[in-house]
Amino acid sequence: MTKRRLGYGLLIVLALVAPYAGLYPVLLMKILCFALFACAFNLLLGYTGLLSFGHAAFFGMAGYVAGHGIKVWGLPPEIGLLLAALAAAALGLVFGWLAIRRAGIYFAMITLALAQMMYFFFLQAPFTGGEDGLQDVPRGKLLGFINLADDLNLYYFVLAIFIFGFWAIYRTVHSPFGHVLKAIRENEARATSLGYDVDRYKLLAFVLSAGLSGLAGATKTLVFRFATLTDAHWHQSGEVVLMTLLGGMGTSLGPVVGAGIIVTLQNELADKVGSLVSVIIGACFVLCVLAFRRGVVGEAGALYRRITGERRS
Amino acid sequence: MKRRLCCALSLAVLVSVSASAAAPKISGGVVKIGVLTDMSGLYSDLGGQGSVTGAQMAVEDFKAQYKPSFKIDVVYADHQNKADIGSNKVREWYDREDVDMVTDVLNSAVAIAVAKVTAEKKRILIDIGAGSTRLTNEDCTPYSIHYAYDTYALASGTAKAIVKQGGDSWFFLTADYAFGHSLEKDSSDIVKANGGKVLGTVRHPLNASDFSSFLLQAQSSKAKIIGLANAGGDTINAIKAAAEFGITKNQSLAGLLVFITDVHSLGLQLTQGMMLTDGWYWDYSDETRKFGKRYFDKMKKMPSMVHAGTYSATFNYLKAVQAAGTDDADAVMKQLKSMTINDMFAKGGKIREDGRMVHDMYLMQVKKPEESKYPWDYYNVKAVISGDDAYQPLSLSRCPLVKK
Repeated sequence: MTKRRLGYGLLIVLALVAPYAGLYPVLLMKILCFALFACAFNLLLGYTGLLSFGHAAFFGMAGYVAGHGIKVWGLPPEIGLLLAALAAAALGLVFGWLAIRRAGIYFAMITLALAQMMYFFFLQAPFTGGEDGLQDVPRGKLLGFINLADDLNLYYFVLAIFIFGFWAIYRTVHSPFGHVLKAIRENEARATSLGYDVDRYKLLAFVLSAGLSGLAGATKTLVFRFATLTDAHWHQSGEVVLMTLLGGMGTSLGPVVGAGIIVTLQNELADKVGSLVSVIIGACFVLCVLAFRRGVVGEAGALYRRITGERRS
Repeated sequence: MKRRLCCALSLAVLVSVSASAAAPKISGGVVKIGVLTDMSGLYSDLGGQGSVTGAQMAVEDFKAQYKPSFKIDVVYADHQNKADIGSNKVREWYDREDVDMVTDVLNSAVAIAVAKVTAEKKRILIDIGAGSTRLTNEDCTPYSIHYAYDTYALASGTAKAIVKQGGDSWFFLTADYAFGHSLEKDSSDIVKANGGKVLGTVRHPLNASDFSSFLLQAQSSKAKIIGLANAGGDTINAIKAAAEFGITKNQSLAGLLVFITDVHSLGLQLTQGMMLTDGWYWDYSDETRKFGKRYFDKMKKMPSMVHAGTYSATFNYLKAVQAAGTDDADAVMKQLKSMTINDMFAKGGKIREDGRMVHDMYLMQVKKPEESKYPWDYYNVKAVISGDDAYQPLSLSRCPLVKK
């Protein structure tokens, strides 16, 4: 346990000094936003066993809510983010309430259908700017005095949001509530027979996941000063599945690693190969599914346990 | 001790200032030009690699003619027609690669986003390929120039000419983003001002693959003219689909933004007789032909207005840097706005305070197949529209930079 704490502490220190090591803060912030998104998604896929194919709706909608709130209503950034996360959670409640009545592929298809509805709403609604996007969202001042227009200030703010989100997910997973979720993932019928109201647990997990995805989407809007249709498109829903699987589904750090790999790949390859990026990332996915199904972190963990002979906790 | 340090410091500053007054003050010793364009999508033919080539040719020519003491570098990126990808890329260019000027930036949604980042970071945007008049109105900035054309000029050329020929009822087929909206609005204003009427409009998504339902709506409107407020691949697909559906038997298509590369892809059979407005045509004068041939040798295609415009903008930007002796955005912008643009692209071109580069536009008609004598001989120039008539007058500008 202490070893694990030490590890997380080390990671936080690394994240704190990263911009001074010459890494580009905007890219780091993008990775953190997607990492939080993937972690939130992992709460549902990795720990509850629900594959949602509509998470882009929460990510995208929160972006628009935050953007509109900060730009048009003049909200301070922290209130804008909070409002966006709540809005995403509320949308999650509606989606979840409808979708959890079905399981497996039907669940995925219902979430996809609902997310597509939201996509076309965003495409047509006047306040989103359609294809042009909601541009020029001011970053504003945090708590009224920290100027977020400075990339470094914003980086630490985003890092704080990420750590909060990660901690919230970690606590959820390791709480009694999280154990029930895992029980549902392993055997739903048995969890029901033990007297748990499975649907309520699933719904709560769904809402939590949606809210945190929303927090990630709203933060991304703040970073890029831009809310866009891309974030609500179903490609984004697919990408988050990919990040989670590539990094390691059901591990706490897996989605972070997955998001880091995908975002860096996209960023570095975009100039060189253009839209071929999606083909390359698709190939990575196939390779991952065929060769290391537990993902990067999952495989690394398995290797570590094999070497030390430690049993899985 | 402290005083001595102060003295030494101020001396050092003095020395460095006087030293740098002689040599040009160029950040990083390199003037970096970024070509942001669509390298792989529906606009890659009219911009894309050709724009990069245009910028590179301008750099070569400038080096040969002016022997500058600074280095010049050209970088390029594909924005995939996504405003977020474009603005992120440009932000990265400014933050990490110290790019001084960004050009081409076709696709109006991307251009508007890039203009915002450019103003925030105090660099220069010289936009060639984007059409929306928003760039010199609501979204104008002190650091952006709209160089080659805009939707107002297109409308005042093509739409006016068609209404005068008797095409007085219109239905618009519009690409659903900033550019299409601008083009539709400016064209309907011109149509109405000249006594025509607009019967309706239908908006299609950018990069649409299937135009059938949109065209059927246009057909049932019974309008004489179907105005295509789109560009590039969308225009090509719409014209092809309209021909397949036989719509062109009773109604005429008006391509409101047609590039020579589009005419080349469609062929004269489908496009003959079409009226169009362009800011540049390779076969207009000896100077333009000379550039066209040089470009053709590299790309095996004749340049579009966007390619020639990127060349001209890059060349004139470098001239301004040379004249100002620095790549500082404020100084270079001042220099650019005081210059008169005289080259193969524009004669007597002036950059206004709203960022609009005002130059002559050409109203042209696509030749019949039998009239075309040699490859890329596509247009008859019907009229030269002087810059002041083609572009929106400053008195109508909604740009806050314009003092009235």
